[in-house]
Amino acid sequence: MHKCHPQSQVSPAHSPCVASAPTSAQDASHISNAMPAPDASSISNLAPTPIFALVDGNSFYCSCERVFNPSLINQPVIVLSNNDGCVISRTDEAKAIGIKMGDPLHLIGDIIRRHRVRVYSSNYALYGDMSARMMTTLAQFTPELEVYSIDEAFLSLDGFANRDLADYAREIRRVVRRDTGIPTAIGIGPTKVLAKVANRAAKKNKRSGGVLNLCDRAAQDSVLAEFAAADVWGIGARSAAKLARMGVTTALQLRDADVDAVQKLLTIVGRRIVLELRGQSCLALEMVQEDRKQIVSSKSFGRPVYTLDDLKEAVANYVTRACEKLRRQKSACHTLSVFVQTNRFKDGPQYYNSGTITFGAGTASTVRMIAATSGVLETIFRDGIEYKKAGVILSDLRPAIAVEFSLFDDQRQHSQDIKAMKVMDAINARMGRDTLKVGACGNASANTSASSGAANTPAPAWTMKAAMRTPCYTTRWQDLLQVG
Amino acid sequence: MPSKSRNDIVAPTRAAKPRAVKTNVHLPFFGCSVSCGFPSPADDYIEKKLDLNEYLIDKPAATFFVRVSGDSMIGAGIHPDDLLIVDRSKEPKNKSIVLAIVNGDFTVKRYMCRGGKIILKAENPAHADIAIVDGMQFEVVGVCTNVIHNLK
Repeated sequence: MHKCHPQSQVSPAHSPCVASAPTSAQDASHISNAMPAPDASSISNLAPTPIFALVDGNSFYCSCERVFNPSLINQPVIVLSNNDGCVISRTDEAKAIGIKMGDPLHLIGDIIRRHRVRVYSSNYALYGDMSARMMTTLAQFTPELEVYSIDEAFLSLDGFANRDLADYAREIRRVVRRDTGIPTAIGIGPTKVLAKVANRAAKKNKRSGGVLNLCDRAAQDSVLAEFAAADVWGIGARSAAKLARMGVTTALQLRDADVDAVQKLLTIVGRRIVLELRGQSCLALEMVQEDRKQIVSSKSFGRPVYTLDDLKEAVANYVTRACEKLRRQKSACHTLSVFVQTNRFKDGPQYYNSGTITFGAGTASTVRMIAATSGVLETIFRDGIEYKKAGVILSDLRPAIAVEFSLFDDQRQHSQDIKAMKVMDAINARMGRDTLKVGACGNASANTSASSGAANTPAPAWTMKAAMRTPCYTTRWQDLLQVG
Repeated sequence: MPSKSRNDIVAPTRAAKPRAVKTNVHLPFFGCSVSCGFPSPADDYIEKKLDLNEYLIDKPAATFFVRVSGDSMIGAGIHPDDLLIVDRSKEPKNKSIVLAIVNGDFTVKRYMCRGGKIILKAENPAHADIAIVDGMQFEVVGVCTNVIHNLK
């Protein structure tokens, strides 16, 4: 969905395109580049043509807020990124008055006041829960579903060709809206790229009723002619500029372009996009995501941080999050890097430094890793610097069951670590995140907000700004919606 | 391809089993009646665990909990501070207790539907009923299936 990002970014182990390109990518090279493109059905006479539906939540974060606050209906609403920095979700009403994705909050104060825009800090506990509800609801409609992002899923409708697909999609929309309160748009096509195009076109076209089926060749022609090549899934700004130099500006021109020429320009990725636009499916549904090869947890501080103690506390919290992820995917980490940096956009002394430790035997212990990061921070910390951001990168991840020990590693300690972490994870799963944590993490919750209940202790400097966060209506007993 | 970044922290990555309502509380079920005297040796025999979610919730993904703040439904056994279980997937029938939106506010009332007219009825004479007329913002959010009242 919106790409301005939340707490911890994790470098994707693979992007779907590079990942599994099953048979057709290779097969395609045997197909002549004669235009117009061959009809999809004439190519794959072995298997029935796949059908993909892309379902996504409209202005997802804002829609989640609306579910619990009906006074926001028909009003301009925006949700801000971490630290209340910039706009990452906006409703149609907010779009209409000129608010753009990524607009920094401090630059749109005027519009906000003039139009009484309702502004919210991001509430990921709420969005995550609502996303899970949406995905569970969608799963009733298909045997195969790929959760692509917090608000998007690809559904395989392979066995549904004999039904009226648009009708089926309307039913999906109705049920998701009814069960979760989230409005969606659905695009249908013989490939993922075409389903994406259909989804976007469905949103733009008010008469579509939020559903567009692009399985039909004539429908593809007319929609692609009006669709910018730059808006095609996988075509970034730089690729779009290259294509424009070739005279390709619409999706239709891209589809009918010489596939080898496009590959020369945009590598195999470009080739697959062209083939997908022609209706040849190159990207399969990915139902199980590969484990991550690297876990990054970093954040900008809410306020500048100056002391070693504050830095250690912030980093201990990032390590905690990263280790939770690590254990969830049952990996052990062999290399840990810590970095600290100043604000590049601010005057004053600039400083960036990082340090790395390797573990002989892989570990997933929060305690061990916090101890290690504290050691690194002591060596890279410099006094008199205004720190803006810090983070940790866990890499060289291998399966936890295959940890190898050298003569000097303490195996008993290792198995004790594993037991302790199991207990910690179990308690936190049951009683709520951070119920049990390492002392180095300090006393405050990492995401303090006005409504979070546990706001008795003052927030340390490094916590995120989230001044306008709504309650966690669906995940905390004390935050339940009050109704009369 | 889509470098359009995945949102990692919250996206449920395993599509198979996103859990919506995480309130599993397992209580042991004793397969005999409770006697106040000397316990029977058979009481040591625990049959299975009971899950209140199973009893109270049909569709977890569509079920929400809300806290009652007023006394307009006291006649229906819904008291202030009670917990209401709301199932959005259920269509209201005549006399269902519903959570509804009326002109930008949530309200819990009894849904009365007669001759095409909808009235949201309070279960307390001190509160007025709400007749739904054209031009009102009105939506039934879901049907209240259970009320949890603390006896302490």
